[in-house]
Amino acid sequence: MKRRLVLIGNGMAAARTVEEILERGGGDLFEITMFGDEPYGNYNRIMLSQVLSGEEDESGIFLNDLSWYEENGISLRAPVRITRIDRFAKLVYGDDGSSTPYDILVVATGSRSFVPPMQGIYREDGNLTPGVLGFRSIDDTREIVRLAGQHRRAVVIGGGLLGLEAARGLQSHGVQVEVLHAAGHLMNQQLDAPGGAILKSSIEALGITVRLNARAVALRGEHHVEAVQLDDGTEIEADLVVLAAGIRPNVDVAVTSGFTVERAIVVDDRMGTADDPDVFAVGECAQHRGEVYGLVAPIWEQARVLADHLTGARPDARYHGSRTTTKLKVAGVDVASMGITAPERDDDEFVVFSEPRRGVYKSVIIRDDRLIGATLIGDVKKAAFLIQAFDRGLALPEERVGLLFDLGATSAEPSVADLPDEVQVCNCNGVSKCTLVKTVQEGEKTVSGVMDKTKAGKGCGSCKSLVRQIVEWAAGDEVQADPAEHYYVPGIPLAKPELMSRIREQRLYSVSAVFAALAPGGNEDAKSKMGLTSLLRTMWPQDFVDERDGRFINDRVHANIQRDGTFSVVPQMKGGVTSVDQLRTIADVAEKYQVPMIKLTGGQRIDLLGIPKEDLPKVWADLDMPSGYAYGKSFRTVKTCVGSDFCRFGLGDSTALGVAIETRFQGIESPGKVKMAVSGCPRNCAESLVKDIGIVAVEGGRWEIYVGGAAGAHIRKGDLLTTVDTPEEVLTISGRFLQYYRENAKWLERTYAFVPRLGLDHIRAEMEKDAAGLDERMQQTVEGYRDPWKEGREPAVPGQFRTSLPLISLPQVPVRDGSTALGGRAGRSTTADPRLPIPEGR
Amino acid sequence: MTAVSTGIVLGAVDEIPPGEGRAYQVGGRTIAVFRLRSGALRAFPGVCPHAGGPLADAQTDENVLICPLHLNTWDLATGCSRSGQPDLEVVRVHEAEGQIMIQI
Ligand code: SRM
Ligand SMILES: Cc1cc2nc3c(=O)[nH]c(=O)nc-3n(C[C@H](O)[C@H](O)[C@H](O)COP(=O)(O)OP(=O)(O)OC[C@H]3O[C@@H](n4cnc5c(N)ncnc54)[C@H](O)[C@@H]3O)c2cc1C
Ligand code: SF4
Ligand code: FES
Repeated sequence: MKRRLVLIGNGMAAARTVEEILERGGGDLFEITMFGDEPYGNYNRIMLSQVLSGEEDESGIFLNDLSWYEENGISLRAPVRITRIDRFAKLVYGDDGSSTPYDILVVATGSRSFVPPMQGIYREDGNLTPGVLGFRSIDDTREIVRLAGQHRRAVVIGGGLLGLEAARGLQSHGVQVEVLHAAGHLMNQQLDAPGGAILKSSIEALGITVRLNARAVALRGEHHVEAVQLDDGTEIEADLVVLAAGIRPNVDVAVTSGFTVERAIVVDDRMGTADDPDVFAVGECAQHRGEVYGLVAPIWEQARVLADHLTGARPDARYHGSRTTTKLKVAGVDVASMGITAPERDDDEFVVFSEPRRGVYKSVIIRDDRLIGATLIGDVKKAAFLIQAFDRGLALPEERVGLLFDLGATSAEPSVADLPDEVQVCNCNGVSKCTLVKTVQEGEKTVSGVMDKTKAGKGCGSCKSLVRQIVEWAAGDEVQADPAEHYYVPGIPLAKPELMSRIREQRLYSVSAVFAALAPGGNEDAKSKMGLTSLLRTMWPQDFVDERDGRFINDRVHANIQRDGTFSVVPQMKGGVTSVDQLRTIADVAEKYQVPMIKLTGGQRIDLLGIPKEDLPKVWADLDMPSGYAYGKSFRTVKTCVGSDFCRFGLGDSTALGVAIETRFQGIESPGKVKMAVSGCPRNCAESLVKDIGIVAVEGGRWEIYVGGAAGAHIRKGDLLTTVDTPEEVLTISGRFLQYYRENAKWLERTYAFVPRLGLDHIRAEMEKDAAGLDERMQQTVEGYRDPWKEGREPAVPGQFRTSLPLISLPQVPVRDGSTALGGRAGRSTTADPRLPIPEGR
Repeated sequence: MTAVSTGIVLGAVDEIPPGEGRAYQVGGRTIAVFRLRSGALRAFPGVCPHAGGPLADAQTDENVLICPLHLNTWDLATGCSRSGQPDLEVVRVHEAEGQIMIQI
């Protein structure tokens, strides 16, 4: 019969322990139950920093979703908090009133944020004062993000790893951030004082204020925090306070249930508790040989040892403690550190390089020819080598400076071939070189496949390039590019050129025809529909059979969906030029439909935001203007400057050309958005150098055409495609490039990726080779264009404009009519009247 | 033999174009009903558990639905999240003589 294995905690240690147990065939030995007091499956806590900073989406950090528990027969009981263990009856009691028997119990309760003793930090009911938060869980992170949107000034208490990551994350939400750190330099656990000082300037260069030797003793604010008070009487205004002053192991259950607890639950080398042979502890709640770890790498080692024991795979497995290395996950500020921070003995070698102006600091500490400590700030190129030298005690180069810099050919850096097998490559998920190599030998020859199977590179991501190198080395000639990487859409195993030729040969005019003919098993794939719709429309401007379910909601109703399920309407305003009539009509419509916000967009037109779906056709009819296509993967706008008609520097009529371009290419579907600009001179007031296609008038009546520029999520200066003599040529060449892009770019690949991928020379040559064909196909497309707002006033399919919203909870987007936006408060981010002098202390 | 069914009739199946979804108001609740291309019907609460997105505006295939706001996905058969979100309650739905009928 299976034994009952119960885990308290559903965090990183618990889940890893279960994974290791399953890997050792434990699924047949145990009936597994996991209790977690967070209402989620298992997620990668270390990525919360990236979630806070917006670099990662919340859904991207789940390690095991609910189906994993199901597939492995694990019963997940969440959110249930275990309140007591009865060792004698072998039962755990939950706060839902349940009692659950176990044969083997694993405590993996982790830690919580330390709440420093400060006056006013708790309210009378024992909760934290509103506006004060820890930074530990998804819920904390969500709440911080929510509050960051409402407040202006945040204080982070604690200038360690977590505090700095929290500060950077907060700042990305536009909040002014001050870090209070009690010690004399930042990250004092990992850095020495000079290193800390250099880090401080790098952090301050990001716009974050740092206050050292700052002991926060009290909070002011009755209903909501208003300020933090320091021991010297200073008061720092804050409407949001994030606590990052350390963590405390969650040991209450163990204490009340009679286990030996010092700083954390005391365990032996088998991860067993001192008090009960059937109860074990792993992770941050465990204390092993006096050490309590706050990082994941040691936890992976502990989980392996525990799994070896529980499954009997290796009864002699022992945990001997870990050497830890840390990395700061703040974009733009690289810090890696390991071991001790300063020499301790007279004969310790200490090699330091410091270049404060560039924010670079490097030091190593060597004892008996072994690396026992290292710090890298600002330049972490040597981190991989140092971490290995530190972990493995590798021989060090005679010339010590080789530890800090790559010295040409004499570099001591081992190639991947020389790395010892056991070296841990991914420190987040504990994957060693030999595991990677084994996975390759077992037949997985793609980098992404190996990463999926081993989870290497799926933590903080800093080891990805090393993983790639090792896989490529291990697979040798057999290394395969991940085929799916080249599919045009995920559901059909073909790259774009093959897909296009099959569609052409078999005359497939609709999305469902493509699935039926080309998808494995003829199966539809929701994630592929939008890309196929776009491609078919490009290929068959006339014959395309439109299936509405192939479109994303925006393209079904010709408007952009908003966070509250309403839509935005952006009428066409060619080249950013408008007229009294247009403005009056827009004003009338906005008034009639009580549009919550009227806004000038970054694309030089007017956005009517917050329109319910059911009103869209009426709004279009009343506007009687064409769609501006602010919602599609399509040609968008042409920004222009005033140009030669009015500007004293103008060399060409940029406005007229912009209007002409927009008239020609309006609404044309493309793999990604296409944004254009025309500037009247190289001063470039329309920002032509950072557009998908940008035109600049130059002396001599000529026009430069730039392609592949961007200034959104990605910044790139466009490449000069060519210089032409007339506006007509601008239209032809832009159209030719646009058509080439439409036919050859991957789905969602913007020109800033497309142009460098193929290379400008290649693109030029191809455009020349097929000039006539490209021009002709573009002409067909232009002629086939129909404005969706003019045609779309009668529903194309039943219920096209029926609301999808619950009727009760509208509106969620705050209404900002002209009077409030322009008079009282300029939006949500300011509570004070922006016209008044700024109060002191802000 | 005619099947006898009980439940609430929401409207004609034809009101939903193949492959799309539509929202229906039932008492105080919004229910999103999807008509798959195979003809099968699926129904769930209309409000996305992630951040309140309008699920009836989702894209679907035979297996999953994708919320329009942040592209989280759910299994159409079980309502289970495939991207770490809370699961969706499955609302029982079937077609009876051309009408959409649900049981709640
Ligand atoms: C309305 C507008 C902001 C504004 O109030 O000014 C806007 C609003 C949105 N932008 Fe933008 N972008 C707007 C100008 C820009 C610009 C500036 C420009 O066009 O000159 C950029 C940088 C240029 C560029 O495109 O690279 C810009 C770069 C982005 C990006 C990043 C694209 C990239 O790959 O770098 C996204 C995300 C995406 O496309 O996946 C995005 C996505 C969005 C979306 C559509 C997000 C979404 O999917 O819902 C926003 C819709 C908000 C809404 O609820 O309606 N928006 N966005 C601007 C509309 C311009 C217009 O009239 O068409
Ligand atoms: C923002 C952030 C960034 C980090 N970055 C890094 C990094 O870059 N590198 C690194 O190595 N480490 C990092 N860490 C630390 C790392 O996340 C932890 O070391 C790791 O999560 C500890 O795992 P654990 O399972 O012991 O605890 P946890 O992951 O905290 O899991 C414990 C779980 O048990 C639950 N629980 C507690 N008590 C009970 C109870 N009585 N009943 C039921 N459930 C209970 C908790 O709610 C929690 O879900 C970071 C941590 C944070 C918060
Ligand atoms: S409008 Fe653009 S920049 Fe602003 S929040 Fe939306 S996507 Fe981000
Ligand atoms: S609201 Fe549905 S995925 Fe975010």
